[in-house]
Amino acid sequence: MTLEVTGVSRWYGNVVAVNDVTMTLGPGVTGLLGPNGAGKTTLLHMMAGFLAPSRGTLTVDGEPTWRNPAVYRKLGLVSERESVHSYLTAHEFVLVSAKLHGLTDPAAAATRALDLVEMAEFQDRRIGTYSKGMRQRTRVAAALVHEPDVLLLDEPFNGMDPRQRMHMMDLLHRLGTAGRTILFSSHILEEVEQLSGTVQVMVSGRLAASGDFRTIRRLMTNRPHVFAVQSTDDRRLAVALMHQPSVNGVDLGREGLTVRAGDYGSFTRALPRIALKEGIRVRRLLPSDESLESVFSYLVEA
Amino acid sequence: MSTVAWITTRGLLGRRRFLLLLPLPILMIGVALIPRFEGVSPQEWAQPVLVAMGFTTLLPIVALIVGTGVLGAEIDDGTITHILSKPLARWRIVVPKLLVAIAVTAASAAVPFYIVGALASGPRLGIGLVVGSTVGAVLYSTIFVALSLISRRPVLLGLVYVIIWEGLLSNLVSGTRVLSVQQYALTIADKASASDLLNGNVSFAVAVVMSIVVTIGFLVLAIRKLSSFSVTGETS
Repeated sequence: MTLEVTGVSRWYGNVVAVNDVTMTLGPGVTGLLGPNGAGKTTLLHMMAGFLAPSRGTLTVDGEPTWRNPAVYRKLGLVSERESVHSYLTAHEFVLVSAKLHGLTDPAAAATRALDLVEMAEFQDRRIGTYSKGMRQRTRVAAALVHEPDVLLLDEPFNGMDPRQRMHMMDLLHRLGTAGRTILFSSHILEEVEQLSGTVQVMVSGRLAASGDFRTIRRLMTNRPHVFAVQSTDDRRLAVALMHQPSVNGVDLGREGLTVRAGDYGSFTRALPRIALKEGIRVRRLLPSDESLESVFSYLVEA
Repeated sequence: MSTVAWITTRGLLGRRRFLLLLPLPILMIGVALIPRFEGVSPQEWAQPVLVAMGFTTLLPIVALIVGTGVLGAEIDDGTITHILSKPLARWRIVVPKLLVAIAVTAASAAVPFYIVGALASGPRLGIGLVVGSTVGAVLYSTIFVALSLISRRPVLLGLVYVIIWEGLLSNLVSGTRVLSVQQYALTIADKASASDLLNGNVSFAVAVVMSIVVTIGFLVLAIRKLSSFSVTGETS
């Protein structure tokens, strides 16, 4: 069972949300990684048939997803927006899903799905009384009740505590190992790292990288690290730093120094030693490009 | 009852806006009770209560609350995605929801209309009014369900339509009467009750034909709109 995305773009007026994305997803867990606003949700919505692509095609097993309700027999979606019928119990909610799918034994399917996400013991409480993690698991159960081959999840770990997160990761991992095609989006590198071997990285609507996570991660870690440094004598510190092999360049500015270091570890070990030797006090040391956006933008430039 | 109808009913009765359905019918009955027990002739009060309060206000407002509640509220809070992500032909979502809207609207209108009709002249008028208001419920509900899919602000748009088109223009400008749900409902109630307390302004044939055309038109529109419904979320 494959999810095929071919030359897909989506624009809103003049704004391009998704720009010429092509990818093929097969069984296993794939992470869709990218900073906020990269177009992940737009792409997921198009995959789920909730949005028409402006250009290109999206198919599940050869069938288009747009304007084709029959595709939902093979497809499940857990959207980011936490919209649930809070007046229903988890059991009712999942049972309704099973019935709407026209399953032959909806009650058994609902029980099985709730067992899978380990919600059986709370299934008779109203959804409105659940924690965020429990609600999320209930929504996953509803999306899984018809045992779809493809499951799409939009930011499934948002707002979960570490324990709930582990639980959800374990569940997705099991589903992926069982041969289902799982795609989840996230803007947090570590989530993707823990869960999936393959990633699709989106930046500003484009597919920036695609493939094995370790390879992409290496690309990300080999980039020069940028630090903002302030000290009692910036100019003298700059001279001393330039003697260091781990330093690629130093800019002297009003706000202090901007240091580009080739190796994170040896630079951070060297700096205090140099400062001590020169008798300079370092007031501030800030890694300035650690935000995910800069990691991604580096990846795009690479 | 279909699962879509069941969940729609649960959703409708579970929301607080459902309580909004109560005041208008109670007010209408209350307003009719006063002249009735004061001994005022029905010729003087029946027309304003039935037309101005009933057909011009209660029926469209109740239909607006319910009609935008069965689908518009789910679009608003995003729960619509749960129903949309099922292998159901889109008419199998629209039709049950519309039927729930019609049933709830018709029931909320039938009670006060029957009581006021019976107070004014007797059961015959009461039944005629129930027939007319049910036709109105079908028409208004279909329009407002379709409106929930056309606009992101169906309640506002619906209010403008009810006040400007149905309330103002169709009473002032005679030409717009042929395109007024209120006039169709009134004419059909008039015909069904054969009462001299009601005066339809369009012919019975026009009322029947236009009712069918409007209902089918907006139903088809609603189904088509839902078939190509785009979910807009916070894109991230």
